[in-house]
Amino acid sequence: MFDIGLAHYLTVAAILFTLGIFGIFLNRKNVIIILMSVELILLAVNINLVSFSVFLEDLTGQIFAMLVLTVAAAEAAIGLAIIVVYFRNRGTIAVEKINLMKG
Amino acid sequence: MVIPNLTPAIAEIFLACSGMLLLVYGVFRGDSSVRSVSWLSVLSIVIAGVFLSFGDGRNLTFNGQFIADDYARFMKWLVVLGSSLAVVMSISYNKTEKIEKFEYPILILFSTLGMFMMVSANDLISLYIGLELQSLALYVVAAFRRDSLRSSEAGLKYFVLGALSSGMLLYGASMIYGFAGTTSFDGLAVTLRGGTGEPAVGLIVGLVFLITGLAFKVSAVPFHMWTPDVYEGAPTPVTAFFAVAPKIAAMALFVRLLIGPFGVLLSEWQQVIILISVASMVFGAVAALWQTNIKRLLAYSSIGHVGYALVGLAAGSEAGVRGVLIYMAIYLAMNVGTFCCVLAMRRSSGMVENIFDLAGLSRNQPVLAFAFAALMFSMAGIPPLAGFFGKFYIFIAAVDAGLVVLAILGVLSSVVSAFYYLRIIKIMFFDESAERFDRAITGEIRLILTVATCFVLFFFLRPGLIVENAESAARVLFVG
Repeated sequence: MFDIGLAHYLTVAAILFTLGIFGIFLNRKNVIIILMSVELILLAVNINLVSFSVFLEDLTGQIFAMLVLTVAAAEAAIGLAIIVVYFRNRGTIAVEKINLMKG
Repeated sequence: MVIPNLTPAIAEIFLACSGMLLLVYGVFRGDSSVRSVSWLSVLSIVIAGVFLSFGDGRNLTFNGQFIADDYARFMKWLVVLGSSLAVVMSISYNKTEKIEKFEYPILILFSTLGMFMMVSANDLISLYIGLELQSLALYVVAAFRRDSLRSSEAGLKYFVLGALSSGMLLYGASMIYGFAGTTSFDGLAVTLRGGTGEPAVGLIVGLVFLITGLAFKVSAVPFHMWTPDVYEGAPTPVTAFFAVAPKIAAMALFVRLLIGPFGVLLSEWQQVIILISVASMVFGAVAALWQTNIKRLLAYSSIGHVGYALVGLAAGSEAGVRGVLIYMAIYLAMNVGTFCCVLAMRRSSGMVENIFDLAGLSRNQPVLAFAFAALMFSMAGIPPLAGFFGKFYIFIAAVDAGLVVLAILGVLSSVVSAFYYLRIIKIMFFDESAERFDRAITGEIRLILTVATCFVLFFFLRPGLIVENAESAARVLFVG
């Protein structure tokens, strides 16, 4: 069989990252899906950081990944709070209805 | 346990402590404490600014994660001015709009702390932490008027695009870490300078992602989509804050990152910066022509101004960076003044935001109309006002660096953008009078407006004050 090397990890991370980006732009249904896509992007970054850290034999990447996890949690909390506020005013969180201002 | 040298970061530590103390004070006293918390926040930000002036030279601390040098001090002073004035401008507004909450000044204070961290970041990790501390506080203040649909929509849009841009920036940071083996700016500079031949593709990809993330934060085209909506939807003092402090901090980070560790890759990133700078200048000039909402118009104008500032960065020279610093200082004064004028657009029925509501202002409130006109002339870059000098230093630097076409495009788009600034002046002075505004602009806003207008009018008498400081600040990026 074959060994799993750095390139495989990076490919998985790149696929997850692309899925996250497309999730944000192609989704027309629900803002929660955008929140999930953002998490997907951050997790792709973490896979990148941790695999680089292992292959470089350098701890910095893992410390960075911990900090990213912490900040991602804070970000999700604030995102959900804003979505709740928006839902109270509008009664829906469908992406295509978020169009009060444009031009 | 080794305690790091805390002296270089004393301003940040002070801000963090006073923010937490004010939070406790606010929770115990409730919303009756808004006024005192607001003024105490202003005081803390100003005291942090005073702490800055005690430092000198180039100091590293926290294992080289944090840097305090002349460049950081100059930019932090601008951030101090922008944030403290934004809090002062919000006090009476929040009171009349009945959105008085003690959390507001504290959130501004924490985002100021984040901006300080961004400006002083000397490592990709501290860069990210500072950027997020700033952004998370900003998402909340954008949606601060909780019962307004427009404000919460602004917050939601800002959050989604801000989170996306942080993700891109982070992905770039991870690529750079992987291919350079370090996250420290000094380490990156050494690695990149030591490399022979072409730099690794992964590094360039990482750099492009990093530039994308930062272009979102300074709202340069093509990553500007959030700006007009957020500026329009957020409460006016919040918009004033968004237009100055976060932009200055993100620009400071942008310049430090590209000139410092990635200075040797100038030929790689220069084209990208030229492209987004031309796109921002042209788009900012053309898209604003049809706007009738003053806050939206100022959003497009700020996109254009970012484009001009990026011209200086594209030059990649000491003169170019000096131009960016001078431009940001003048931009700060012009925008703070203009938003004071926007805050004065109030009738008994509430705030008005349409530019045609300004009609006949010269007869109803001649002094306000004069100040507004001076600021608009300055934004358009008409000599001898301050805005002209900002553009002048930038374009001279671009021509010296051989970017003649870029400078010509800049001048042309500045001519186009003059149209909408002059249209506001025409509406104020020559159109049929609209209904009067309330005369109730408060003393502090009148004072800020006076100072900003005087700065814009009389900058040409003593340009040395800012130019010399900007020069010594720009120099430290090119040493070593």
